[in-house]
This record gives sequence, C-alpha cells and structure tokens, in this order.
Amino acid sequence: MAVEFQGGVVIGADTRTTLGSYVSNRVTDKLTPIHDKIYCCRSGSAADTQFIADLVRYYMQMYAVQHNEPPSVRTAAALFQELCYQNKDYLLAGIIVAGWDKHNGGTIYNIPIGGSLHRQPFTIGGSGSSFIYGYCDANFKKNMTQEEAVEFVKNAVTLAMSRDGSSGGCVRIAIINEDGVEMHFFPGNQLSVFYEGEDTAS
Amino acid sequence: FVTGHAALLQILHSDWFDRYDLSVSTYSPDGRVFQVEYAAKAVDNSGTAIGLRVKDGVVLAVEKLVQSKLLVPRSNRRIQTVDTHIGVATAGLLADGRHIINRARDEAENYRNIYKDQISGKTIADRVGHYAQAYTLYSNVRPFGSSAIIGTVDKDGPQLFMVEPSGVYWVAKTEIEKLKLSELTVLDAVKEAARIIYTVHDEAKDKEFELELSWITEENRRHQFVPDNIAAEAERLAKESLNEEMEDD
Repeated sequence: MAVEFQGGVVIGADTRTTLGSYVSNRVTDKLTPIHDKIYCCRSGSAADTQFIADLVRYYMQMYAVQHNEPPSVRTAAALFQELCYQNKDYLLAGIIVAGWDKHNGGTIYNIPIGGSLHRQPFTIGGSGSSFIYGYCDANFKKNMTQEEAVEFVKNAVTLAMSRDGSSGGCVRIAIINEDGVEMHFFPGNQLSVFYEGEDTAS
Repeated sequence: FVTGHAALLQILHSDWFDRYDLSVSTYSPDGRVFQVEYAAKAVDNSGTAIGLRVKDGVVLAVEKLVQSKLLVPRSNRRIQTVDTHIGVATAGLLADGRHIINRARDEAENYRNIYKDQISGKTIADRVGHYAQAYTLYSNVRPFGSSAIIGTVDKDGPQLFMVEPSGVYWVAKTEIEKLKLSELTVLDAVKEAARIIYTVHDEAKDKEFELELSWITEENRRHQFVPDNIAAEAERLAKESLNEEMEDD
C-alpha cells in the first residue's frame, strides 16, 4: 500500500511470497526501486512484476540521461500502464507506483490488473487488501504527518497479514520525500497484535 | 542514390577533383560540409522570422513575403502549432519547414502516447535537431533548407529554441541588444516584434509582406495567433515608429 502525507509518500508491504500454500520467501522485499525517488509495490505474479519493474527501471534511467533531469512519478506510472495494458493477456500484475518529484511532490498511482491507471491519495493492493478496505477508509486523513502515515501503513499491513493466508511475515516500509528514501523493517514478532480471539483454556 | 552517384562520377571523370560541395556526404579538406552551409544560405535569403522569450510567455513573428496579389491573406502560414502548447515559425524553404513541423507533430503525439504527458520544449527541440541532422548524413537526400524557431511554455516556464539545417539547436536567452526581454510582458513583446520586423524589412528587395504574429502565454499555455485587434495595433505602432525614424533623416 501507499499513502500520501505532508511532504512525501509512505509505502509499505508484507514479506510473503507463496507457491501455492508453500511460503517460498518469508522475507521478500516487495518495495522495488525504479529510480532515486520512485518506488513500486509489487503484487500478483512475482516473475511478471519483477520483469516489468526491471524494464521500467531501464527506461527511467534512459529518460534521466536524455532529459538531464529525473523523471516524474507520472512518467514512470505511464510506462507501467503501457506495459500492463498492452500485455494484459499475458500478465498478472498489480502495481502501485509511488514517489516524490520536484513539480508534483509526493504522488501515488495504482495500476490494478488489467492496466488501468488511478491517481489516488492513498491506495491498497494485493490479496490482503480486500480485508482492510474498511480499516483504511475509516482511518485515512489527508495531510497526515510522517509519523501518522507510518503508523497507518504499519497497522493496515499488519491487519491484512493477520487475516489473509497469502500475506504474512514482516512489514517493510519506505518513506520517500525531497531528501530521499528511508527504508524500515519491522520483524513479524514485533508487530502489534490485534484481536485474535480469547484464550478458552480453563 | 542518384545524387550521390552522379556527384562521384562527376568528380572522378572530369577535372572537378577539388569540388567538395557536390554531395552532403563529402567533407572538404578543412573539415566543412558545404551542402549543409548552402542549406543555411536558403534560410538567410528568406523573410525574417523572430522569437522573443519574455517574462510571461513567448512571441513569434514572421515577415511573410507575399508572392502574388492573388493569394488569400493568411494562407500559407509560416507559423504553425505543434500539439497545443508549442508554436513553430520557420525561415527558409517553406515546404521544408512544413515537413519539419509535421515531424515535430508526430514526435509530440508519440511522446504523449508513451509518457501520457505533453512533450517539453527541450525534448522537442532535441528531437527536431536529431531529425534535421539525419538528413546531413546521406548523399541521396538533401539537408532541410529551413531553420525552425520553437516556442513553448512548459513546466519550466517560457522556452525558446532554434534548430538549424545542420541539426544544431540553440536555446534562447532573454536579452536581445537593447531590450531586456525578461522584464517585458507578451503584449510589449508583440509590439517589439512587429517593430523589429518592420525595421529589418528591406523595401528595395521585397515589396509586400504580411506580418504573422503568434504567442503562447504562461497563463494559457496554448499557442494562438495574436488576436486581430492587438496585432493591428502593434502593426500600426510599428509603422508609426518607422515613419518617425525616417523623418529624423
């Protein structure tokens, strides 16, 4: 998921990659750098999203060299969309593009499966997202502080992890603003524990 | 291939051994490509085109020489729009200018399709420059006999560029001789542009001309021809100042 706050964006994800019911990687990094201040959150097929992200990273590098300035988040999102839409028959990729650029500040674009493009102040994606729409709609505020935004993302991802079998592990978070990118890691056993039922043993 | 081959034959089979200007794929001993320089002469010999980059926009003006009284005024424009936010004025061979503008339109459309955003001035100048340069490489085509003055207002503000037949392009500053353009508004610039065109128009050489005036303002960001009333006023003032100068003599 990704959230806009005053001065930038906060992105977060869980760390579980599955092959059916087998957890092939329990400490995955789903927050992928595309450019200095542009990241993407990958969901869906790991192979598909990694491939597309590599392609967009290459194009952004060329753009930066040719135009002598970093690309905007919008440009990166437009390229992701082009790839996801034109190859929709072959891909299973849900991507959130988030970052900071000079002219627009912190921006977020959601590209769900199918290849549509949606600019949103906050957005969630992936299998676990279905379980936290209520929580997010109820708790999101515009112009949050960085601390509030980080809490929001951490809690939302934790809740999704506790309800969705395909999500779990730990929480990774990145804060992107004018000064750069700050990555954070929260081990699974240090996350908040929400309601998980009562102990019925007597 | 005809042109290049013929040039080669002419050089080999006659005493034209020291003609280095027959083909664009031939260097002279002092490292010049004469055909490109000759193309630039076509620009020099045409009606004047100017661009002014000012505080709140860009103004383009062209001295369009009228070839015949039978032509409808405002036809055969030398200033055209590329996308919505870029204006291009050409000097030199009008048909070559049109061709370059068509290519610029394609580039702008292509950019929008890929990046979902309008092309910036810097990028389109670069693309047009690359295109013009490509025609200086092969003997079976000739370089364009036009320079293009490209004006736009993009996210970096008002921008002005000029692309020459060689493919080289220049970025305009905001000062020209006595005028401090960075302090002028587009309205002032329109009057200045009209005045400059009238001043440099050579009465003896070409009699009649039409003054084409267009602008892109920071506010609007759309390339448009200057509204008739403003253009007419600018022309009137330009003619007046010309008369004043002559009377001083």
